[in-house]
Amino acid sequence: MSCHCDEQKPQELNLIEEFPDKRKKLEEYIQSLDIGNNREKNRGLLIQSLHKAQDIFGYLPLCVQLFVADKLKLHLSEVYGVISFYSYFTDKPVGKYKIHVCTGTACFVKGAGAVLDEFKRYLNLEVGETSADRKFSLNSLRCVGACSLAPVVMVNDKVYGKVTAKMVPDIINECA
Amino acid sequence: MFDNIDKLSQRARELRAPTKQPIKVMVSMGTCGIAAGATPVLAALQKEIAERNLESSVKLVETGCMGLCYCEPSIEIENTQTGKSIIYGNVKPGDAPVIVKNLDGAAVGVDTVNRTWYYPELEEPGEQQLQARIVLRNSGRVNPERLDDYVANNGYQALGKVLTEMSARAVIDEILASGLRGRGGGGFPTGKKWEFAANQESDVKYLICNADEGDPGAFMDRAVLEGDPHSVLEAMAIAGYAIGAHEGYIYIRAEYPLAIKRLRIAIEQAENAGLLGKNILGSDFDFHIELKYGAGAFVCGEETALIHSIEGKRGEPTFKPPYPAISGLWGKPTIVNNVETFANITAIIRLGAAWFRRIGTEKSPGTKVFALAGKIKRVGLIEVPMGTALRDIIFNLGGGIYNDKEFKAVQTGGPSGGALPASQLDTPIDYDSLKALGSMMGSGGMIVMDEDDCMVNIAKFFLEFTLDESCGKCTPCRIGNTRLFEMLEQICEGNGTEETLTKLKTLALTIKDTALCGLGQTSPNPVLSTLSNFADEYQSHVKDKRCLAGVCTKLISYVINDQCVGCTLCARNCPVQCIAGERKEQHVIDQDKCIKCGVCYNTCKFHAIDRI
Repeated sequence: MSCHCDEQKPQELNLIEEFPDKRKKLEEYIQSLDIGNNREKNRGLLIQSLHKAQDIFGYLPLCVQLFVADKLKLHLSEVYGVISFYSYFTDKPVGKYKIHVCTGTACFVKGAGAVLDEFKRYLNLEVGETSADRKFSLNSLRCVGACSLAPVVMVNDKVYGKVTAKMVPDIINECA
Repeated sequence: MFDNIDKLSQRARELRAPTKQPIKVMVSMGTCGIAAGATPVLAALQKEIAERNLESSVKLVETGCMGLCYCEPSIEIENTQTGKSIIYGNVKPGDAPVIVKNLDGAAVGVDTVNRTWYYPELEEPGEQQLQARIVLRNSGRVNPERLDDYVANNGYQALGKVLTEMSARAVIDEILASGLRGRGGGGFPTGKKWEFAANQESDVKYLICNADEGDPGAFMDRAVLEGDPHSVLEAMAIAGYAIGAHEGYIYIRAEYPLAIKRLRIAIEQAENAGLLGKNILGSDFDFHIELKYGAGAFVCGEETALIHSIEGKRGEPTFKPPYPAISGLWGKPTIVNNVETFANITAIIRLGAAWFRRIGTEKSPGTKVFALAGKIKRVGLIEVPMGTALRDIIFNLGGGIYNDKEFKAVQTGGPSGGALPASQLDTPIDYDSLKALGSMMGSGGMIVMDEDDCMVNIAKFFLEFTLDESCGKCTPCRIGNTRLFEMLEQICEGNGTEETLTKLKTLALTIKDTALCGLGQTSPNPVLSTLSNFADEYQSHVKDKRCLAGVCTKLISYVINDQCVGCTLCARNCPVQCIAGERKEQHVIDQDKCIKCGVCYNTCKFHAIDRI
């Protein structure tokens, strides 16, 4: 199966071809799994393969989806169906700084809504969007389990606790 | 390698023998502990112990979570000879010298914390000990990355007992007799589930541990997996033996990296020690455990959806029956049990069903772990006997309401549960009492709300969550909940009428009756419970177009009254610079620009801002 990334989105890089070392890493991982001829069993390996692929490439564009489908002997539609269902997977590029505002219940009652609104206003982004320079992406997430620090904001792996709208500019400036 | 039970018992005896290190310093290193700064505290304690040459008598242990989220980093110091222990909270690295200097007494200047729990296995409760820890018995007590620590605390003894002394039927009978009910929320008798699967004739059966803890504000399963992973593995092997399964899966959220890491370590240790894998403890019983990861879909906590997710499909639920116990993973008989359910199993097998039934209520024996969060002073994990009153949990264990505000409601059961008002605080909680009140046990999230929360807005929040997480397969959930959400939006924006309220209730009841899976059937609960418990708030939104809690921004505005002394504090704090005025003169808010964030209202020291 060949990759049709170029036909669909001319501006998008074909990550599989551009980064042979990343491709190799993913290929080796999938080959280490117990792939047989039982389609149903192979399908059971799909989600973990996509986790690995997103770890490696950052997101899951069409060419990566095709690559995974090919290796697991699945249809592209089955792969895409899974990616579009689960919120953890994304087929859009993400920013260098991934800002996640926790909107779990504990954070919500302690004012996460105002914090999220301020991020939206300050960055001029909607939830799920990435800035044009690919520096920031803004997302909400449900509960990181640090409810005692509510409201919580995560920037990549760093956790900010007891965040107020006023702290938003400082958090953004720290990313620079 | 333990190739028989005697070797395991022998090892446990060795580990329990009096050691040269009678003093244990235990540092809570769960996700929240680490986020609050437990790592530098551990390093400081280590350095201090080394500098004082105490390594021969003091053992430093990295443990899971004690449940004291509100005062992390927390540590416990136990003298194993005298049995005395002391707990410190809010520990800073700078406290290490005074703590290590006073290992037998209270270190001055460091916060001490009362132990509000007892261990039913070892002791009788004291007066202040409302908590009984069975599920959390090892969390915060053992190093979760060391098999020896678990073995020393009767680890894998229950599995040994099952393999050497009990038939599969006897195991199921014991669990049936204990009355244990599923801790994931539904409360189905665990023994019954096992019995269904055991009675199926099949070449292959599967066992699944549901660790997809998706309820926002609930984190007890994470605490168990991070603090005591072996207890879940051991229980899974026991369940596998009982139903005749040899393969088990743990379906865990990808958002829990530390729990995943500790589970991986534990599985490898157990396999190497002959406690999992082929010929467990020298018997002819084989059991393998594999991890499967979720990918951010709340509906996957529903067992049929979870099974589809493990199969690599979209996590959409299917109609029951057939129940998974008859036809589940890849069409084979499958048991799905929650982490907390499994964490009860080993104690029941070791100590017996009768012992277990002494705790809790007749219809809901045992304990339940709750994650206390929201507007409460002591956020954290607690484990109480079933039947404990909500008031005891919130005002005694939880320390009451944050900033001493007025209690308004407590939400149990997360987005599937209901909000209970002050008049229901004396309810002894178990599965049946909560259901009777229109809420549910759920996985054990307990979110406390105060006078500043608008219950209409809270209902809207939960519905927004459900909308987001609805898989879209059935119409009542996909479209019905969208309509419910739109109606709540209308009400919050001041466009609702009496008729909206009637429609809201009718549609909510319809969804409850017609949705396909547990998520859809319970999704209207927050609406229905707030409609009945907080009817006056809906009325004031609809009739007077007022939000008494001051949350629904379309229904409020902020104005500055003549108490203003012109201190400029509000103007300086306003995020949109919409407050104008000269120094020492009354300020004015530009209503067109105001985003109604309430910062001015909260910062003013002169009561000069009115919310109307």
